[in-house]
Amino acid sequence: MYRNHILVCGGTGCASGNSQQIFEEFENRIRAKGLEEEVKVIMTGCFGLCACGPVVVVYPEGAFYQQVKVENVKEIVNEHIVKGRIVSHLLYKDKTAAEEQIKALNDTTFYKNQHRVALKNCGYIDPENIDEYIAYDGYQALIKCYQELTPQQVIDIIKESGLRGRGGGGFPTGLKWQFTKNAPGEVKYVCCNADEGDPGAFMDRSVLEGDPHALIEAMTIAGYAVGAEQGFVYVRAEYPIAVKRLQIAIRQAKEYGLLGKNILGTKNNFDLEIRLGSGAFVCGEETALMASIEGKRGEPRPRPPFPAVKGLFGKPTLLNNVETFANIPQIILKGAEWFSSMGTDKSKGTKVFALGGKITNTGLVEIPMGTTLRTVIEDIGGGIPGGKKFKAAQTGGPSGGCIPAKYLDIPIDYDNLIEIGSMMGSGGLIVMDEDNCMVDIAKFFLEFTQEESCGKCTPCRIGTKRLLEYLEKITSGKADLQDLEDMEKLCYYIKDNSLCGLGQTAPNPVLSTLRYFKDEYIAHVVDKKCPAGVCKDLLQYFITDNCKGCTLCAKKCPVGAISGKVKEKHVIDPEKCIKCGVCMDVCKFNAVIKK
Amino acid sequence: MKSIADINAIKERMQKVLGTREGQTENNIRIVVGMATCGIAAGARPVLNAFLEEAAKRNLKNVKVTQAGCLGMCKYEPMAQVYIPGKEVVTYVRLDEQAAKQIIVDHIVNGSVVTKYTLDIE
Repeated sequence: MYRNHILVCGGTGCASGNSQQIFEEFENRIRAKGLEEEVKVIMTGCFGLCACGPVVVVYPEGAFYQQVKVENVKEIVNEHIVKGRIVSHLLYKDKTAAEEQIKALNDTTFYKNQHRVALKNCGYIDPENIDEYIAYDGYQALIKCYQELTPQQVIDIIKESGLRGRGGGGFPTGLKWQFTKNAPGEVKYVCCNADEGDPGAFMDRSVLEGDPHALIEAMTIAGYAVGAEQGFVYVRAEYPIAVKRLQIAIRQAKEYGLLGKNILGTKNNFDLEIRLGSGAFVCGEETALMASIEGKRGEPRPRPPFPAVKGLFGKPTLLNNVETFANIPQIILKGAEWFSSMGTDKSKGTKVFALGGKITNTGLVEIPMGTTLRTVIEDIGGGIPGGKKFKAAQTGGPSGGCIPAKYLDIPIDYDNLIEIGSMMGSGGLIVMDEDNCMVDIAKFFLEFTQEESCGKCTPCRIGTKRLLEYLEKITSGKADLQDLEDMEKLCYYIKDNSLCGLGQTAPNPVLSTLRYFKDEYIAHVVDKKCPAGVCKDLLQYFITDNCKGCTLCAKKCPVGAISGKVKEKHVIDPEKCIKCGVCMDVCKFNAVIKK
Repeated sequence: MKSIADINAIKERMQKVLGTREGQTENNIRIVVGMATCGIAAGARPVLNAFLEEAAKRNLKNVKVTQAGCLGMCKYEPMAQVYIPGKEVVTYVRLDEQAAKQIIVDHIVNGSVVTKYTLDIE
């Protein structure tokens, strides 16, 4: 028996903050004290509160240590582990609470408003130890399927639960399973799309890193339900920790006879292989993904035929996203009714979001469908730092759109988001404040899609390029109102004529910012100004009368654009100025402004 | 190759180990062992482990064994305090492994305080 469990977060966020070294330091110090029989140190998946990483939690007290450094390990071991005194100065402080008080993990505003289904085990178990997954009901759903349910009954449960695809499209999962089951053919495949390419999205990575066995169990169940004996996980090579943990998990599952022939002594067979993608965004599109698994160039093809009829190697194929699969074991165990009791009328269950941008608690959150954006941003996210004003939230990544402040109170679900011109997408949620220029945001996403367009169809290949040129023209102050009109027309042309989802959704960031922030476009085009002060070509730096003549800015200016005598007001030469903003940063009297 | 029975056996075994990670709730019984220098010197560590092992052996999932610093009465160490929701706190002193096991059996399971080890200051 272990009296203490020390959980060190091993998600990618915390790992980049040296959590591997922290983990080793804990092990060394525990061993040096001769406590290795009494204290267990494990590395988990993501806890969710990435802004406070690297994170360490010590049980049974549930002490949540934040921003732990290797040097702090000695203090935690000597004080907390040896003497039982919690090191309070390293504890997480709930910034949104009235007074900065220390609370149990689940009572913090960050966790209290969440409901964890897909992330149930993330941050609680050791993802590299199959026994810990089994302890928390792991593989019980598979046993239930084999012992009590026919394949059709499994599909019926998924259908009744109302689960919809979490990768972005929101297609009913049960129907997809049914189509694959009904498709004629001896050989069928189950595929998992773990090619998470949206900038700022890391939900699927966190599930793979924190709870890889949930995916294996769900895919095995899917194999049983649709009649497939081989599965593939298509995961990006840029996710080394996720790939490593999934490999370990597959190996353990094979050792336990949970993958392979005659699983658990039954007549059922299922095997799983990992295929690494090389980071092409288009390979997240299902037909391109399957082409890539087959070893072909990752390009989409027209549908129909849909993968359920003619997919991988020409056989019927079930393709679901990681988060979708992560829900399956619990739906089987707890029942369709339990799942459909969460969420809204047409969107059931929960959704994981990767919260980023101008937000206090950057991290991973899981909320019931129908939670308002306000709850996510103000309560869970801890609001916008620096007392700035909320401007918009971007969902759905390069395929999605912006949600302006007036929609902060609409319940988040698939249909509501589409209605206001955005989409659920895979779950990236980027918060923007008054310092963000919406035209610049649209340009950022277009740069991305233009770069990632595979080039197979003309509307997408050339259309996104031309669209980006319009945006560059606008942000450099060379566009007129006619350009705005032409640009909008081009958006609809690209949407209507592109071959796959990439092109069909690529203009969304432009269209939604045009819809809600047209005034900003007008300001760029007519007044030649960038209201947020982002677009460099439309900016000029000035020194006001606040200047005390301290000469600091003149010394720091990298191009010598500032002149003036000591104790006299300085001037910036606009011809020389490169708008780097150093003068503004160094000025102690707030005398430098940009407009 | 594991059978379904094997998987269930692993589940049962691991749940005991991982019970430590469930965290505190209001309905938990807490056994807090003094683990300051004075306590450790007097032999608190084996006492703490005896509490843990006995609780696990009897599958007492709502019992959390935790540590505290110095309780201030160093000459009575090893000490432990038992918090049962809705009842008065009981302080035990001068414990050993045998005493810890007895407290689990008599006090936690059967509800009768082990007066032999309670604090008795005149």
